[in-house]
Order: sequence, then C-alpha cells, then structure tokens
Amino acid sequence: MIRIENINKRFRKLQVLDNITASFAKGQVVSLIGPNGSGKTTLIKSILGMVRPDSGKIYVDEQLITSDHSYRKKIGYMPQIGRYPDNMKVGQLFTMLQNIRNIAEEKLDKTLIEKFELEKIFEKPMRTLSGGTRQKVSAAVAFLFDPAILILDEPTAGLDPLSSEILKEKILVEKKKNKLILITSHILSDLDELTTHIMYMQEGKVQFFKDMEALQEETGELRLGKAIARIMRGEQFNSEWIDKMLEIKNDGKIY
Amino acid sequence: MMKLSKYVLYDILRNKIIIAYTLFLFVVSLSMFQMEENSSKAMLSLLNIVLIVLPLVSLIFTTIHYYNSYEFIELMSSQPMSRTRILMSEFSGVSISLLSAFFLGVGIPVLLFSPDATGFALLFTGMSLTLVFTSIAFFASVVARDKARGIGFALLLWFYFALIYDGLVLLILFSFSDYPLEKLTLLLSALNPIDLGRIFIMLKMDISALMGYTGALYKDFFGSGTGIIFTAGIMLLWILIPLWLAVRKFRKKDL
Repeated sequence: MIRIENINKRFRKLQVLDNITASFAKGQVVSLIGPNGSGKTTLIKSILGMVRPDSGKIYVDEQLITSDHSYRKKIGYMPQIGRYPDNMKVGQLFTMLQNIRNIAEEKLDKTLIEKFELEKIFEKPMRTLSGGTRQKVSAAVAFLFDPAILILDEPTAGLDPLSSEILKEKILVEKKKNKLILITSHILSDLDELTTHIMYMQEGKVQFFKDMEALQEETGELRLGKAIARIMRGEQFNSEWIDKMLEIKNDGKIY
Repeated sequence: MMKLSKYVLYDILRNKIIIAYTLFLFVVSLSMFQMEENSSKAMLSLLNIVLIVLPLVSLIFTTIHYYNSYEFIELMSSQPMSRTRILMSEFSGVSISLLSAFFLGVGIPVLLFSPDATGFALLFTGMSLTLVFTSIAFFASVVARDKARGIGFALLLWFYFALIYDGLVLLILFSFSDYPLEKLTLLLSALNPIDLGRIFIMLKMDISALMGYTGALYKDFFGSGTGIIFTAGIMLLWILIPLWLAVRKFRKKDL
C-alpha cells in the first residue's frame, strides 16, 4: 500500500532521514519506534506530503504522492499535537471535514465520537477543551472517514487510561478489517497487543524492520520492550534509550 | 474554496481582537466627525489613522493568526486538499474579516458624514491597504520559521513602509534637488502603497494647491482617469505579488 524508495531529508546540518526504503502492506500494524529526533514524525509527514523529501519517491497504492493530493482521501491522520481554531465549535470541525472530503453521512464511522461522548461537546468552542479532549477529537477525526490507511502519531499520549483503552480497541477493530495502520509511540506496552511489525529508527536510518513473530523467536522474549532491548544490545545499537524505557516501566508506575 | 474559508471566517469574526479593532475604528471615526466642524478636516485626521493603524493591525493580526493556526493548517494539509487552496482559504478568511472591520468601523461613519469623492477615495485606499498588508503579512509568515521572527519581520516591513521610506525619499529629493524630479517622485510613490494611498486621497481634497509645482503635476495625473486606473493597478500588484510569492513558497515548504 505504501512504498518508500530511498528518501533523504536534511534540515540544515542534520540528516533527518537517511536513505530510507520500506514498504508497508494491507493488514499490517507497523510500530515506528526509536529515540526522540530519530526521524519518525518526519517519515510520517513525508508520507502525508507535509514534508518534501530532498530525494526519493513515495507511492501510495502505486500512485506517486507528488502527482496530486487525491491519495490523501485514503489516509486518516492523527497528529501528535492537535490544535484547532479557537472559536471553532467541535461539531463544526467534523462538518467541515465532511464537506471537504465530500462523504455521505451514512458512510462515516462515528464509533469514536460516540464512545468518547463527543456529541455532548459539539457546541463548545475548541479553546475551552483540555489537551486530552482535543486528543480525543483528533482521534475521532482520523477514524471518521473509514480510511484504508491510518497514521497515528503518539495516539495514546495525553489520554486517560479509559480513553486510551477505547482507542486501542478501535485500532484492533480496524486491524481486523485488513487496514494498514502506522503508529509511533514511546509507550511500548501500548503497542504490545496491537502491532504486527516493528520498524526501529535511529538517527534517520532504519535499524531493523521485522515482524513480531520473528522478533519474539529471535529473542525468546514475548514482551515487545524486552525483545527490542535484547536485539539492540546484541546488535550493539545505542541501547540507552531502551534502558530508560524499561527503567520507567519497572518503577511500578501504571501506564 | 468556501468550504474551508467559511470556517476560518467564522472563527476570526468571533475573535476578540477583531471586535476590539472594529470598535476602536468606529469610536475614532465617529469622534473625529463630531469634534471637527468641517468634515474635510475630520477626513484629514482620519486619513492619518487609516495610513498608520490599518497597515500595522493588518500585518500583526495576520501574522499572529497564521502562527496560531499552524497546527490546523498542518491538519488541513493531511486532507485531500491542495496547499494553494489551504493558503487562499486562510487569506480570504483573514482579509474578509479585516475588511468588514474596516467597513463597519470607518466605512459607515464616512458614508454618513462625508459621502463625497474624498470619502470614497478614503474607503478605497483603506480597503486596498488592508488587502496589501494582509498579503504582505502572509508572505512574511510563510517565509519566517517561527512566530517571533515572523512578527519581527512584519514589524520591520511596517517601519519601512510607514516611516523609513519617506525619509529615504526626502533624502533623494534633497540630494538631487538641482534636477527635475517630478517624474521620479511619481515613480517612487508607486513603490510604497501607503504613500500612493496618501497622495491619492490628498489630491481629492483641495489642499494640493499647497504642494507647488509637483502638486500641480500630481493633480494633473491622479485627477485624471488614468491616475485612478494607475492607482488601482499598482494597488492590485501590491496585493497579488506578495500573495503569489507566499503561495509559491508555501507549496514547497515543510510543515
């Protein structure tokens, strides 16, 4: 569904994406993980056409993304930070996007709107919403048009445990519908039950791209966090980041 | 295009700054007409307000609005919509709201108290300047990388057009006072929309006689049909060129 060929991106001195080639297919739930600044968000933004790579090509369903913008109809995107015009009402955002995409009412997927009980706040202006509520709105927007590809940037950051669980359930439902789902997250325990493939990035390079079973077999670990830690130590990557991730988890805090 | 700009407009019309700006203009214009017995004197005071305040507010408001909407613009660019359409929708939303603020604040008092050629010239200049500086502000915000730089750049442009430019023109006129400069000053005025607007209105008032030979030449030129077309044409160029540059830059920009 998505094919990335040799893309490079440099922001001044920093090589953010270093010759990345990958291809994602239907039915995969790909977790993009890596330390801060490893190029995950830039890769996602390149797929969405927000960042223009210096070289290389990206295809979505065999359509070159630079040719025109129609390919974005197939994509639902949930950004890391969702900010909306202050005085726009929550309901207006949904109507507006529906008008832009020109999709009939009955084809909309309103599950998340219902489960997050967003109808109650349809008349509220955006500036009155808390960060977590805005995150719920962003999630509902991403799933609204029942897109074949879902791109979620840190979806559970800022959500309360209940909402986070609702969102995870929804992702599982979509996974069963044979969609392609790309997720970046730092909370590895959230990814455990969802993911089928892992793409680990560091300093703009893809260090490995493996499916979950292969990873579990190679490492003998069932938990994603531990499996990755093991493989990274074995292959001499910078394992500081993953150590930190595990440290926090062992603190006994609840995620 | 209306699909997006309608909501941008809805959002801005509820903005407190725009409401305060409208009230400010209305109170100032009304009190000018009340205080001065002679309505043409009031027009002269109003002229200075229009030439100084309008460009400043248009520049600053547009720049701040652009940066506040940045995440929203990002989200829009992940939708099946072209970048040109997104920027044009933002432009029309901002400019329509600033124009209506000007029309309500200055337009109505002028039409009530002084509905003559000078009045219409003032309204024409005010509307043109609003559009010109909104367009320039879009260019400044698209080019600058962050909010502080964007606002700084916009302020610098305002200083240049409102204050520094006149100084430079005077310097040129003094240094070359031995030569016939009438044609040159005519050209120089076209290079600054504020000056162009000032001359255009002044010549509609009966004070051009005070300006000597140059004034007579100006009167001859700007008073004629060609002069009006010339002014409108130059203003239009001042609106279109920065906007075109902004769109061109925005299409290639990384969001």
